Amino acid sequence: MVEFTLPKNSVIAEGKIWPKPEGATALREFRIYRYNPDSDANPRIDTYYVDTQDCGPMVLDGVIWIKNHIDPTLTFRRSCREGICGSCSMNIDGVNTLACTRGMDEIEGVIRLYPLPHMGVVKDLVPDLTIFYEQHAAIEPWLHAGADPEKERLQSPQDRAKLDGLYECILCACCSTSCPSYWWNSDRYLGPAALLQAHRWISDSRDEATDERLDYVDDTFRLYRCHTIMNCTKACPKHLEPAKAIADLKNRAIARA
Amino acid sequence: MDSSGSANADSDPHGAQRPLSPHLSVYRPMMTMMMSIAHRITGAGLYVAMALLTLLFIGVGMGGAFYAAFGWLGSSAIGGLLVFLITWAIYHHLLGGVRHFLWDRGLYMDPKGREALAIGTLVGGVGLTVLTWIAKSLAG
Repeated sequence: MVEFTLPKNSVIAEGKIWPKPEGATALREFRIYRYNPDSDANPRIDTYYVDTQDCGPMVLDGVIWIKNHIDPTLTFRRSCREGICGSCSMNIDGVNTLACTRGMDEIEGVIRLYPLPHMGVVKDLVPDLTIFYEQHAAIEPWLHAGADPEKERLQSPQDRAKLDGLYECILCACCSTSCPSYWWNSDRYLGPAALLQAHRWISDSRDEATDERLDYVDDTFRLYRCHTIMNCTKACPKHLEPAKAIADLKNRAIARA
Repeated sequence: MDSSGSANADSDPHGAQRPLSPHLSVYRPMMTMMMSIAHRITGAGLYVAMALLTLLFIGVGMGGAFYAAFGWLGSSAIGGLLVFLITWAIYHHLLGGVRHFLWDRGLYMDPKGREALAIGTLVGGVGLTVLTWIAKSLAG
C-alpha cells in the first residue's frame, strides 16, 4: 500500500553527538540511523567523527572504526569486506549499496547511513530480510530437470553464456529495497532480486520447468508491479541489470500467450 | 511453486512492532525515478483535464449557463495557464509512454540510453509545449 510518511513508531528523532576523537587531524562526519529494540524510544540519528588517518578507506572501515573506538553498541551486518557476501548492504549517501565497496572519498561531505529502505528494522543498520528471502525461495532457485539422470547434464558454452549477468547476484537486497514499487507492495510484488533469479533459471538450457516458472511470475502483482523505475539496476553493486531481466521476463510471458 | 507467506511473527517477539526504515525521504532522487513519478502525476492529471476540456467544449456548444460555468477555461488568464499546463501534460505523458514502450521491449536500458530517454522526456515535453504555443501565437 502506498504510504508516503513513516508510521508513528518509525519517525526519526535527533540523536546523540559523540565526541570527536582526540588528536585526530583528518575527521570524517558520519550520521547513522540508530534503533534499539530493547528500548521504547523511536529511531534516532547519531553523529560520529572518524579519524581517517587511523582507518581504512571504505565506508565499512569507517563503521567498524566507530564500533571499535567510539560506540561498541553500533550494530550492522558484515562479513567478507570485498563485495561478495552481500551482508553490509545499506543506504549510503542516499543510494543502496555495499559499505565495503563504497569508498569514503566517493562521498561529498557528511556520510549518511540508513538501513535498507522500507524494511522492518531489527536493530540499527540491520533490516529484517525474512520476506525478501521467502520471495527468493518462492521462485525455486534450483534446477528442475527430472530425477536421476543417466549422465551429466551438458551445457554448451553459448548456453552457459546466457547466465552471465544473472548468476552473479549476491542477494544483498540493494535492488529490491531501492524500488518504490516494492516499497508499496513488498507483500505481493516479488521485487527485482527474486525476478532476476527467476529469469536466471528460465534462461538455463538445462532447466525443464520454464513454463511453470513463467506461470508463477506471470501475474499482475508478482511481475507487473515493475514500472521500469530503474532504481534497481542503478543500485546493484554487482552491476547486474534486474530491470532488463524483468523486461525480458515480460516479453517471454507475452510471447507464449 | 508455493506463493510466499508472510514473516513468521511467532518466533520473534519484536516482529510486529519493528519500526519501518525511511524510504522516500532518504533515497536520492534519480532521474528515471522522477520521470516515473511525473508520468503518474501527468497521467492522473489528464483524467481531470480531459473532463474539464470536454465540459468547456460542451459549454461552447450549448452556451447559456453551461458556458457561464466553464467558459473561463477558454477566456480567463487562469484558464489559459491551465490549458498551457494541460498541453505540457499531454506531451510529457505521450513521450513518457514512448519511453516505456522502448523499455518494455528491453531497448535503451543501458546507463547512457536510460538517462537520455529520461532527460529526453523532460526536455522534449517542455520543448514541444513551447513550440505548440509559439505556433499558436504565430497563427494568431
